[in-house]
Amino acid sequence: MLSRVANSLYWMSRYVERAENTARLVDVNLQLMLDASKLDDKAIAGYWAPILQSSGDDEFFDKLYPKVTGRNVTEFLVFQADNSNSILSSITQARENARTVRDQITAELWEELNRLYLFLNSPKARSMWRQSPFEFFQEIRSSSLLLQGLTDATVVRNEGWSFAQAGRYIERADKTSRLLDVRHASLAPGYTTTQTDALGWSAVLRSCSAWDGYKALHGGQVEPKLVAEYLLLSEDFPRSVRFCVQQLNTSLRRISGVAEGRFSNDAERLCGRLHAELQFSTAEEILARGLHDYIDELQGKLNAIGEALFQTYILQHFALQQEDEIRQQEEQQQQ
Amino acid sequence: MVATSPSSSAAKTEAGHGIFKPYETKAYFDEMLASDGSIRPHYQRFLEHFSDLKPEEFEAKRHAVDMAFLRQGITFNVYGDAQGTERVFPFDLMPRIIPSAEWEHLEKGLIQRITALNMFLHDIYHEQHILKDGTIPAHYVLSAKHFRREFVNFEVPKNIYIHICGTDIIRDAKGQYLVLEDNGRCPSGVSYVLENRRALKRTYSDNFEAMGVRSVEHYPTELHKLLEYVAPAGVSEPNVVLLTPGAYNSAYFEHTYLARQMGIEIVEGRDLLVRDQRVYMRTTKGLRQVHVIYRRIDDDFLDPTVFRKDSALGVPGLVGAYRAGNVSLANSIGTGVADDKVIYYFVPKMIKYYLGEDPIIPNVPTYLANEEADRKYIVEHINELVVKAANEAGGYGMLMGPHSTAAECDEFRKRVLAEPRNYIAQPVVSLSRHPTYCDSQFGGRHIDLRPFILYGEKPVIIPGGLTRVALRAGSLVVNSSQGGGSKDSWVLHGDK
Repeated sequence: MLSRVANSLYWMSRYVERAENTARLVDVNLQLMLDASKLDDKAIAGYWAPILQSSGDDEFFDKLYPKVTGRNVTEFLVFQADNSNSILSSITQARENARTVRDQITAELWEELNRLYLFLNSPKARSMWRQSPFEFFQEIRSSSLLLQGLTDATVVRNEGWSFAQAGRYIERADKTSRLLDVRHASLAPGYTTTQTDALGWSAVLRSCSAWDGYKALHGGQVEPKLVAEYLLLSEDFPRSVRFCVQQLNTSLRRISGVAEGRFSNDAERLCGRLHAELQFSTAEEILARGLHDYIDELQGKLNAIGEALFQTYILQHFALQQEDEIRQQEEQQQQ
Repeated sequence: MVATSPSSSAAKTEAGHGIFKPYETKAYFDEMLASDGSIRPHYQRFLEHFSDLKPEEFEAKRHAVDMAFLRQGITFNVYGDAQGTERVFPFDLMPRIIPSAEWEHLEKGLIQRITALNMFLHDIYHEQHILKDGTIPAHYVLSAKHFRREFVNFEVPKNIYIHICGTDIIRDAKGQYLVLEDNGRCPSGVSYVLENRRALKRTYSDNFEAMGVRSVEHYPTELHKLLEYVAPAGVSEPNVVLLTPGAYNSAYFEHTYLARQMGIEIVEGRDLLVRDQRVYMRTTKGLRQVHVIYRRIDDDFLDPTVFRKDSALGVPGLVGAYRAGNVSLANSIGTGVADDKVIYYFVPKMIKYYLGEDPIIPNVPTYLANEEADRKYIVEHINELVVKAANEAGGYGMLMGPHSTAAECDEFRKRVLAEPRNYIAQPVVSLSRHPTYCDSQFGGRHIDLRPFILYGEKPVIIPGGLTRVALRAGSLVVNSSQGGGSKDSWVLHGDK
């Protein structure tokens, strides 16, 4: 498989996953605000500020908008073309990557992604977003899930598929941790949980589609520690960080053919190590360290894996180019 | 032949039914309507079915096809548009129909032409008999912009220069087929032939098989066979790739489409590198050798160490690998000389010279500005002629005399006199017209035809080709950049 193609497939599915998670994040906050008792400017800003912080783009937001309002934040996260992480930008980049590997993906997959792109760029999308945001975010989520289903149902399980899987799961691990991070303040030692917090924690669960799974395991009582444990360490919930890292690990090993427990490059080494850490960690340990710090470090580790993957499979083959040019010019001098 | 003014002839037509209503053919040759207004025999079967459609059904079908094209991303990029706008190539649901006997004539003519062109290219890059004999004045070939003297005496694989050719064919007021130009470098448009057919099959799914249309589906298979055929000697399972300029090229959809249909990799210049005169592609598993490149970039950009130094699209060392016989290119380097509009003038002579035959499909009458008598004629009659630069394409560098101002004519007169080698002139041919749906009704619109010729072990032409149509009433320009659209072209198994 061409390195450029592998890179494009990886980013195509990463961007789709990113758009879906942004939709989840915004949607859940909108729902949460329906339950709020009083909503003055300060309360509204209090709802949205953590969302912006978790996206890591809060400073950029402040440059573009005068005030933290629901309208401004959702506009920023959904349609703002200058925000490279907005849903519109993510889907545009996913499609751009898909376009350059049009021959590698199935027609069904391409058509759905293209449809989503055309929808987001149509006037219909903005009017739907204004009139019925729930319907709008449902549309994004459905489309993303449809894309994943199509990938599973139509794409040949070759190397390209493994790169796409790697992109999907590394992004999802990162985003699940960010969704959790939104509520980290109420898990600080010595903090007493309030009624509003309970609502906030169930919103986090719903935003990860984890509500049903959590309930089946722990009943209806939403306990922050258990939520954090479920989203970070669950072995079988498909959006937990541990599950995603395990899938990422499997994908990396499918690409190289190296067995579990061994490694042939840095991406495998770092990913295998992180997976082991997650396997043998407890929620108590994590909370004792501080959830926010833990998540910060986790994101750093995921970034390192992504970087190593790029170095191993994509970049090294391109780095050769310059060397070759020099070599060729040298050869010409001899003639 | 001089400029034809569309004087009204008395072609009053019989009352139509359903959505198609016949119109006056005027002085033009109409593909469907005879001059007495009757329907030509090869359109009757289609029209019987078609006439049953109600206007709203037809509109629904049109909408469905447009949406399908947009959804599938069958679009071309509009250059110079900051929004990166992609447009759907307008498509007309009424097919252009060619009866079997006419197609056989065209097919023979096209094969004759490509055979002669390949013999010509071999000749001018070797012994140059045709130049030494004076059949073609040597200076015309040697001064051609795309003549690559570096490749004189170079043996191209299987001695084929033009593997894939798109020849533009038009019909004049009498209905005679004429060759307008040959595209022997990187002709595009074949993906539309295949997608247009798929669209019409869906649109007329109830009775498509009853129409007796010859299939075009085998094009990618034939192309793949051809590419494998020209692989370097001794390579049993050649790695064939398609080299694209990239996702921002207006034909990018076509590149991915063909690569996917053939099951080959589509690569950009930066995916390839040359070592020890062999071409490799960079894969996640290291380097893998490439044996055949179906290149969709021009000679000039292929290799910055040989041609344009500023080319970022090419592969340094590619030409060296090609010379060493380690990689084959389709089309070969240096075929552009046959696209030169001055050389076009000599194609009928080539056919006579190499094959001893008369051309089956004639050229459009052409005046060479470099010849004194012709130049005098061009300068005096410039407002009746189409003047073309010898090496431009896509409707650029062209003057349509009858539609131009005196100042524009003067400007071209000056250019012709300053650089006579680079200009030719032709009478305005009133291209044939075809019923086309525009502004909620059918009207006659001018069309041309670009068949795609594959020249491998034996020549193969898929029946039909791309019919381009000028959607603006009265316009003779069919290019997509200038308001052109396309039609599906049906070649029938029989003559009705």
